[in-house]
Amino acid sequence: MNLQNLTISQAQNGLLKKIFSVTELVKTCITNIRKLEPKINALITICEKEALERAKDEDIKILRYKDTKRLFFEKPLLGIPLVLKDLYSTKGIKTTAGSQVLRDYVPIYDATVVKRLKEAGVIIVGKSNLDAWAHGSSGENSDFGPTRNLWNLDLVPGGSSSGSAASLSSGECLAATGTDTGGSVRLPASFCNLVGLKPTYGRVSRYGIIAMCSSMDSIGHFTRTVEDSATILRVTAGKDPNDATTPNIPVPDYVKNIRQGIKGLRIGIPKEYFIAGINKQIEAKIKDALKKLAGLGAAMVPISLPHTQYSLAVYYIIQPAEVSSNLARFDGIRFGNQRSAFSAEAKRRIMLGTYTLSAGYYDAYYLKAMKVRSLITKDFEQAFKKVDVIAAPVSPTLPWKIGEKADDPLKMYMSDILTIPANLAGLPALSIPVGFVQNLPVGMQIIGPQFKEELIFKAGYSYQQVTDWHEKKPLYNNIK
Amino acid sequence: MKNSKITIDQVKHITKLAKLDLKPTEIEKFRSQLAEILEYFKILDQVDTDKVEPTSQVTGLSNVYDNDIELPSLSAAKTLSGSKQIQNGMFKTKIVVTKI
Repeated sequence: MNLQNLTISQAQNGLLKKIFSVTELVKTCITNIRKLEPKINALITICEKEALERAKDEDIKILRYKDTKRLFFEKPLLGIPLVLKDLYSTKGIKTTAGSQVLRDYVPIYDATVVKRLKEAGVIIVGKSNLDAWAHGSSGENSDFGPTRNLWNLDLVPGGSSSGSAASLSSGECLAATGTDTGGSVRLPASFCNLVGLKPTYGRVSRYGIIAMCSSMDSIGHFTRTVEDSATILRVTAGKDPNDATTPNIPVPDYVKNIRQGIKGLRIGIPKEYFIAGINKQIEAKIKDALKKLAGLGAAMVPISLPHTQYSLAVYYIIQPAEVSSNLARFDGIRFGNQRSAFSAEAKRRIMLGTYTLSAGYYDAYYLKAMKVRSLITKDFEQAFKKVDVIAAPVSPTLPWKIGEKADDPLKMYMSDILTIPANLAGLPALSIPVGFVQNLPVGMQIIGPQFKEELIFKAGYSYQQVTDWHEKKPLYNNIK
Repeated sequence: MKNSKITIDQVKHITKLAKLDLKPTEIEKFRSQLAEILEYFKILDQVDTDKVEPTSQVTGLSNVYDNDIELPSLSAAKTLSGSKQIQNGMFKTKIVVTKI
């Protein structure tokens, strides 16, 4: 059995029936890590020793527990090898944020999400590479070197959760976590043929995740199927007293309700997401996917989100402003190294934000952007009166060559043009694989109203029942 | 929107505010990049926002209260564990006030 390609539900089934052990599962992932890391550079820290110890403990638990089924019910991610984006604080494990500023920083506490995932039984096998401080769309801004895309090693895997996506697509783990502030989960999911979830703002606690843009940071994850994505959200979602932006809204059983089908589901197709500049072959793949959804009984409704074209400018005013404030805490006194260790993109964003927030410019830039943000949010509110979910491409282009956009920050920022609006409005969005162009994966995003992750899971799950794009794997076994 | 032509002196002023130390070559590089980005922001001039309220929180929460419960704090040793500048069990900082 090829353990590295298992989904979470398949792995749990195998563990439950004792076809393989947690140790075997973890060892398979570690073997892959050893084999592939020199090629792809997806991980900053490998937790081999801790992972194997933990696996041994879990195996003993499974053997001793009389009611194994109950054990898996209580620990829905028991024995699942997981990679955490290196922005997640992990007690006793180095957490770098991909930056030299934190190259030797070891947190004294776990992020709330890490705590919840551990309680659910995951085995942390590594901490993944990322654009430093999550600033980027490609992984190239990492101070630990770029991560490569296993579908083509010359190409970027997408960012900023670059290492998480590359790691999962290469079988180094069975699931990986990320953060999505402007598309940082959805874009790499799309570039690496994975399912990527950006939950509603506030659905998952941000406590202990190194902050980038506090009004938009969304704590998501990568999986191989939509069902697995729902399983993880059930664990990570919910109120956290340590993050005041997590509302007391009940967390539904996402997995239980996922099979209800999408007959009558109204899917909005926003015309502003199918404009000039979108790769025509990508557009064709999205249209094929929409036809499939229509075939399952969903209704396609043309809609308009008229302020879409302003999203990028709004985002690149608000986000660097919040970045400049959040990165002010890194003073080299209480933890981490001196500010001289910041690399170019962090410096660029700190300066941009400091400028737009400074006296005389605040109204013209920051306040103006916050007002246009209201209009963008209102566009979605209007749309959701007519439709249940919205479908659109994730990326206007295929993955690009490493180095291609390195000296042109504005061009790099443009890569997020289709993912940013959901962040500005705080909406949940799911990226799912919908086919290939030039042997490279293409993703489609399904956007839902706030706290309606159930709807986007249902749509994504239904699609995956009638397609097998998500089962296609890069040919990593051929890598020499 | 204001003129997006940003000068070398302005960039130097921003680096001072942001406590960043840049090399002269970096200052010119960032000046031209920031100017290009600020120029792009002019697209927002097309939008009439006179009667629009700003958004800073998207899920409608306001005034979130918590029970005032006493909880254990971090020990001094743990608090200092990430620092490289410690003296007599305290963080060591640069002088922030000058002698009168």
